[in-house]
This record gives sequence, structure tokens and C-alpha cells, in this order.
Amino acid sequence: MSRPAPRKPEYHKINKDLFVLTYGALVAQLCKDYEKDEDVNAYLDKMGYGIGTRLVEDFLARSCVGRCHSYSEITDIIAQVAFKMYLGITPSVTCNNSSRNEFSLILDKNPLVEFVEELPAGRSSLCYCNLLCGIIRGALEMVHLAADVTFLQDRLKGDSVTEIGITFLKKLDEKKYRRKK
Amino acid sequence: MTVHNLYLFDRNGVCLHYSEWHRKKQAGIPKEEEFKLMYGMLFSIRSFVSKMSPLDIRYKLHYYETPTGIKVVMNTDLGVGPIRDVLHHIYSALYVELVVKNPLCPLGQTVQSELFRSRLDSYIRSLPFFSARAG
Repeated sequence: MSRPAPRKPEYHKINKDLFVLTYGALVAQLCKDYEKDEDVNAYLDKMGYGIGTRLVEDFLARSCVGRCHSYSEITDIIAQVAFKMYLGITPSVTCNNSSRNEFSLILDKNPLVEFVEELPAGRSSLCYCNLLCGIIRGALEMVHLAADVTFLQDRLKGDSVTEIGITFLKKLDEKKYRRKK
Repeated sequence: MTVHNLYLFDRNGVCLHYSEWHRKKQAGIPKEEEFKLMYGMLFSIRSFVSKMSPLDIRYKLHYYETPTGIKVVMNTDLGVGPIRDVLHHIYSALYVELVVKNPLCPLGQTVQSELFRSRLDSYIRSLPFFSARAG
């Protein structure tokens, strides 16, 4: 008797405009709740972190990527597999230093800012897409990698490109059982 | 397919013989340490098996681990072949879909979700190698 093929779970898709506009409403609400740009940015990062810690499980379940052996391999997978899977874009990757632990993702297109003309007056330090930084940071932490993730350049702030910088820090220790000496 | 290496231990943990043929990565510790580690692990597994064995001493333990540290362990009888796709399904279609994506299920704690428990139970019972009668 042949084994029936396991049924692939249906992946729920939502309307892109709904997603982008909902994100905009979220940022707008945070701007009403917090006066300072730093506070809004920090809150977006924190929300993103919570999302990232769970999103990584969905990512691993759907993409079946194996264990990575270098930071550059990990950054490539974030750009070419994860961004593609969730946002439909493929940022390009550059390595920023010789010790090969600082990388940049250059976002040519960013669906999240499709309806944003410019940052509101008095909000020049707002990192509109800071949720993304938190998501990447949270996801990496769940695979035992500590990283600093920030926006290095932002088209909304007048820069020529949108660039997310990922700096890998010391690898987090998995829980080790102490051997009795 | 190949053979990497072979250890031969006696009842007291003395390594009687060690050979290697294709070993890509050295452990980075002296051979004495490595033999002690290997014997220690075997000893622990034996004592574990005798304590935890469900019905009889011989069974198969299937193990699946994700990069995030989620480990699925399934014990079956000896007749069951490789079931990596089953373990992957438990992770992706059950754990991720019903627990990770549920904002009311906190991570890092025992899963309280009744939906998860019942779906998992139905899935296991539907597997071709599951028989409601043991043995």
C-alpha cells in the first residue's frame, strides 16, 4: 500500500495593498502615540523582534534551508529566500568589512513604502520600515546568532538607496550541559 | 556510502581498538578524551533506554532538529523505516501552523492548545505504520 503524499498546507495569502496600507496605519498610530521619532523606531523594532522570533519557524518550515556555514551564506539566504518569500523582493547583498561580519542589504524596491510620498513634517528621523530590522534581529537570535540590524540609508530620508546593515556579533551559546570534571 | 570510523570498547569503558577510514573533521581533543566522551554517551544511552523503554527493550528513536533548536523525537517499533518527512510535517504543518502562528500561544512553554493536541493525534493515527493495537 503506497503512502499517500502528505498534503501541503495551504499558505494563506493576503492582498498586498491591504498589507501595505495596514502597515502604514500602524506607523501612523505609533506616531500619534509617541512624540519622539526614537520612541517610534524603538517600538517598531520591538514589535518586529516579536514577529521575527516566530516568523523564523515558518520560514524554516517552508524553505527547508539546511545549516549555514558562514555569515555571508546566511545574509544571502535572508536576501534571496526570506525577502522573496515574504515581500516578493530580492535585495542585493554587499559585505562591508574584511572580517566578513558586516553586511548590507540594498533594497531596490520596497513594497512597504509604496503609498508613502514623504515623511511627515517633524518626523525626519523616523525609520518607517524599522519593523524589518526587528524581524531580522529576532529571527537571527532564534538560530543563536546575535546581530545589530539598522537602517544605514533610507530613500524616504533623501538618500539614494535604502540600505539595511546587519552586523553579526558573537555567536550566542546554546545551553551546554556542564561535564563533571 | 562509506564508513567513517570504528570504536571497540570493553565492559569497563576501555577502548580496545579504534580505526578510521574517512573522517573529515577531527574532534580537536586528545584521543583519550574522545574515547571517554564516546563511551560516556553510550553508557548514558543504555541506561536511558532501560529506564524509558515503552514496552520492550528494542525500539527505534527518530530525531528531527531545526536550526532554532526545536526537536521532534518519535519512538516507534523496529518495523518503521525512515520517517523524516513525517517529522517535518509535524513541525511545519502542525507546530508552526497551529502554535507558532497563534499569538495566544506563548513560546517556550508547554503547548496548551487543544487544537494542536487533537490534530497531532489524528495525524499520528492516520499514518500507515500506526496500528491501534501495540505489537
